[in-house]
Amino acid sequence: MREVLEGSQAVAEAVRLARVKVISAYPITPQTHIVEELAKYCADGSLDGRFICVESEHSAMASVIGAESGGVRSFTASSSHGLALMHEMLHWAAGARLPIVMAEVNRALGPGWNLWVDQTDSLSQRDTGWLQFYCSDGQEALDTTLLAYRLAEILNLPIMVVMDAFFLSHTYEPVDVPSQADVDAFLPPYEPKFLMDTKNPYALDEVAPINVYMEMRRSIQMAMEAAPGIYQAIEDEFYTRFGRRYGLVEPYRCEDADIVFVTAGTAAATARVAVDTLRAKGERVGLLRLRMFRPFPAEAFRLGLAHAKKVIVLDRNCSFGAGGVFAQELKAALYGPEAPKLYSYVAGMGGRDVTVDTFSELFTMTRDQDEPPLGSVWYGVNEEMLRS
Amino acid sequence: MQEIRFHGRGGQGTVLASIALAKAFFLAGKWVQTFPVFGSERRGAPVEAYLRLDDSKIYLRSNVYEPDHVVVQDARLLQIVDVTKGLKPGGWILLNAPGVPRGVERFKGFRLACVDASRIALEYGLGSKTQPITNTSMMGAFARLFGMPPLELVTAAIEREMPVKIAENIAAAKAAYDALHEYGLLDDALVASAAKTARAEAAL
Repeated sequence: MREVLEGSQAVAEAVRLARVKVISAYPITPQTHIVEELAKYCADGSLDGRFICVESEHSAMASVIGAESGGVRSFTASSSHGLALMHEMLHWAAGARLPIVMAEVNRALGPGWNLWVDQTDSLSQRDTGWLQFYCSDGQEALDTTLLAYRLAEILNLPIMVVMDAFFLSHTYEPVDVPSQADVDAFLPPYEPKFLMDTKNPYALDEVAPINVYMEMRRSIQMAMEAAPGIYQAIEDEFYTRFGRRYGLVEPYRCEDADIVFVTAGTAAATARVAVDTLRAKGERVGLLRLRMFRPFPAEAFRLGLAHAKKVIVLDRNCSFGAGGVFAQELKAALYGPEAPKLYSYVAGMGGRDVTVDTFSELFTMTRDQDEPPLGSVWYGVNEEMLRS
Repeated sequence: MQEIRFHGRGGQGTVLASIALAKAFFLAGKWVQTFPVFGSERRGAPVEAYLRLDDSKIYLRSNVYEPDHVVVQDARLLQIVDVTKGLKPGGWILLNAPGVPRGVERFKGFRLACVDASRIALEYGLGSKTQPITNTSMMGAFARLFGMPPLELVTAAIEREMPVKIAENIAAAKAAYDALHEYGLLDDALVASAAKTARAEAAL
């Protein structure tokens, strides 16, 4: 049934529908509404699960690692400094091959202290072995959470469902909440491939000597390599049941586009409006929305950008000393003589708005420039402030 | 697409009003999107919220810069916030005030409607004299001004969204619906007559 929900509530609904048994989290703006809602569900019985309060995000991740090791579907959510504090345990969750699902609300890291959207928090966890999906609206956040449990439990790898602070987490819009029966049919109860079992005791996660460690790492990479294909099969099934699909990347009006925008999150939804606006003026422009970031869907990008002459990447993040992260990854994926020219822009960090005008200006700048500058161009920065 | 900006103060239920109105519009068949401008939520501090309405799915997710209409929950905000910033010419200013406020000449070219939401809220025991909770009264006035959403959907949304005093909130919304005063376009004549009234008041 379709109802008006906040982005955070949409995620909480998905967690309830997934019949998650253990939730452990530490509140941090802008993630708080997700876990508040879930605490309420656990308290009023609408979710038959246990909410474990902890003293830090590190312990929150440790708790769900414990729960998943015991063979129980679990959930946590965090943001910014909270996610950074989890870092050690993020590696542990992936190394232990636990299918944990986490909602990550993109928020800037301090100092300067800032509550608003910035993707650097989740992107700086890109090497931890977690899959990452970036969502554009509340419906997608709900659907992706359900898809994530299904995928994670096949791959035995953890998944981060990533959403923008406020522009998604605190925005109300119509969301179709599927029935429990439909979700049960799509997402069967979790059957762990291994678990901590007092009746059948054995050692888990112990010393991995030189002769096995590299094979363990290779198996994580193999699971990552298999993820896009498995995801697409799961999404086909999801589509048959729920009538919605998103893809690894989502093309919009790309067929005859000379210039294609690549971005993620809510900025990508606004980019779609910008494409329509520019198309109305006769510009041949499209959008290829990045949805799956880990594993990086290189093949999908190569196909999606096969006919583009120029690519405009908008990163709401920066890897200092290198530039926009999406741009770097995409450049590596497209490398070769046939690659389109890639123009990298850093914009909208720390909650600065990304508007239709932003995309129109980036489009004009890119169209009128034969060769891309080296590195990322920062858009919308007050140069005077930098000089002072 | 229609874009509406709400101005209020923390504690007046401004954000809740935009959410409840969004839900009422949704029940009336619209696609909706609403979100607060986050950052300054303290009791008494100016807050803003946006509401977008359309007949199909809304993709635009940036802030609202050029609203079609604005709703102002507290007339004292006019002294400290430029409530008409970016407001489209001819757009409505729905104001919580007993009548045309002073200094109205700066709103020339916009349309004005007033409702004494503070008085109505107090009449139904919503909030205190210094902090009347005016959101549901403003919702009723909004429904009257725009002919949408239908009053019965507004009351249904109040019933679902308001944590306390549901009957009082519904009564306040209905009272405000009936008490709305539409002044219309603020042209020279209206501005002059408002100035005359203000002078007469000052003379007393």
